[in-house]
Amino acid sequence: MSTVFLALQTNEDTRPIIEAILQDNPGAVVDEQPAMVKINADGRLVVRRETIEELIGRDYDLQELQVNMITMSGNLDQTDDEITLFWKS
Amino acid sequence: MDMQVAKKKLGLKERYAVMTRGLDWTPSYQKMEDIYPYIAYEGIKIHDWDKWEDPFRLTMDAYWKYQAEKERKLYAIIDAFNQNNGHLNVTDARYINTIKLFISGISPLEYVAHRGFAHAGRAFPGPGPRVACLMQSLDEIRHAQTQVHSISNYNKYYNGMHDFHQAHDRVWFLSVPKSFFDDAITAGPFEFMVSIGFSFEYVLTNLLFVPFVSGAAYNGDMGTMTFGFSAQSDEARHMTLGLEVIKFILEQDPANVPIVQRWIDKWTWRGYRVLTLVAMMMDYMLPKRTMSWKEAWEVYFEENGGALFKDLARYGIKMPKCAEQIALEKDHLSHQAWSTFYNYAAAANFHTWMPDEDEMAWLAAKYPASFDKHYRPRYEFWREQAAKGNRFYNKTLPMLCQTCQIPMIFTEPGDATKICYREVDYKGDKYHFCSDHCKEIFEHEPEKYVQAWLPVHQIYQGNCFPEGTDPTVEGFDPLAAVLEYYKLEHGRDNLDFDVSEDKKNFAEWRGQATKNI
Ligand SMILES: [Fe+2]
Ligand SMILES: [Fe+2]
Repeated sequence: MSTVFLALQTNEDTRPIIEAILQDNPGAVVDEQPAMVKINADGRLVVRRETIEELIGRDYDLQELQVNMITMSGNLDQTDDEITLFWKS
Repeated sequence: MDMQVAKKKLGLKERYAVMTRGLDWTPSYQKMEDIYPYIAYEGIKIHDWDKWEDPFRLTMDAYWKYQAEKERKLYAIIDAFNQNNGHLNVTDARYINTIKLFISGISPLEYVAHRGFAHAGRAFPGPGPRVACLMQSLDEIRHAQTQVHSISNYNKYYNGMHDFHQAHDRVWFLSVPKSFFDDAITAGPFEFMVSIGFSFEYVLTNLLFVPFVSGAAYNGDMGTMTFGFSAQSDEARHMTLGLEVIKFILEQDPANVPIVQRWIDKWTWRGYRVLTLVAMMMDYMLPKRTMSWKEAWEVYFEENGGALFKDLARYGIKMPKCAEQIALEKDHLSHQAWSTFYNYAAAANFHTWMPDEDEMAWLAAKYPASFDKHYRPRYEFWREQAAKGNRFYNKTLPMLCQTCQIPMIFTEPGDATKICYREVDYKGDKYHFCSDHCKEIFEHEPEKYVQAWLPVHQIYQGNCFPEGTDPTVEGFDPLAAVLEYYKLEHGRDNLDFDVSEDKKNFAEWRGQATKNI
């Protein structure tokens, strides 16, 4: 399976989000670059709203992630509860 | 009972449907083909526009909210950067030349992208793509503006940025990025979406922004890093749009596949040629390097693009065939480009220099197959000559490729000792090309590319001198006249970094910032 990735700015907003992503995607690998965190996963990566809310202790709208996103790879699908990145092949 | 029960808010999918398709209507007193005149001639067949869906499902109301948040963050940092003389924290003054390249080569493209997406959005009958194009059009004008605002602080202190837009329109090498985007916006709306939305934004954007932005971070330039990230946060959406465009077009009709494949082949190559400037920036212009051009190409194109084209294979789309030649060029591209700019430092809006010993060692380590053999000897010679007072400034104008407009500096794929020349006879004229790919692009659309405004031809025809110049007077200095036309000041905006005012001023100001004088 090909790698999908999501790159976020390194800041206080994204710290718990990255933690949540790593909780929900056991195979995901973090690659820390200057001012940027890239999370790689094999074929599929899920960002779950509930996990983030548990960690930050408030309601979270996944669209807030727009502010801190840098780049990504893969097909994307977003709902109220999840953002999924995936390759079909 | 008249108690108000709070109505449950609509879910993301329903909200998206209501705020895009729900706002559309079918015209009754005008014909569709009169309202959307550009939609058929490219041969793309669309049967159901409603099949288009933005995977982020972003609606205009949410768009404004998040964009405003990005702007607030950005301008707070720009203010702090300027108030604290942030420009003196960059690694060394050579770095500032990457900013000159950016403001004159890239920022004007952001503005043209704004126009391009506005135009494409207007051309599409479907509300989904129309809304997505509207957002991207607004993003792009925001990018142009925030870049001008952040870089204006550098313009207060350093040379060469004072009239970046004029430079973009006139300076010889800037016709490379300019003509690339002009080529895209003069194509039909579908080709524009494939060229910029897909090939540039999805396949190649990581090679432009990630190196520039992390390069800025590595080199202490918080201002550029911040606008870069702010722009980049829109980029994830643009990439998604780019990929969605392709999938949508391919799913609509099998007859679309060969048309799209041709566009992907063309625009991957066109975009890659423009990235020559980024390649040399990464390998030569960042005092503190992030990764080499070759490494970036391997990660972001070969791995990542490889995954993408594997995914698109189910539609019958193949990896563009130019990828093979690009792989052969990756050991040479940045060195050949930097050599050229070193030569033409008298006619550019930024400074060039020879790498020092440490930098040569870095280059040799990153390019073991090519650097010591082909490029180090050349650099050592130039450096010796410069030390003797013979810094070489090439005053002979180079032959340009009719398609990409880059001087014919590239070598044959697989043979770094031989310049690659291709030519085509068309209606009694001869046209020159840097590569098979540029030649093929021309041959498919000769009537478009014969119109190219090639800076070298224009200079020789006398079209790049200030009005009223008489080139026949004795002692006429064509370079001086061309620089005047470019609005560049000789000895200030051009030449080697070593003799530059930037170098001198930066050293002095940094001294004042760290010592009590
Ligand atoms: Fe942009
Ligand atoms: Fe070319």
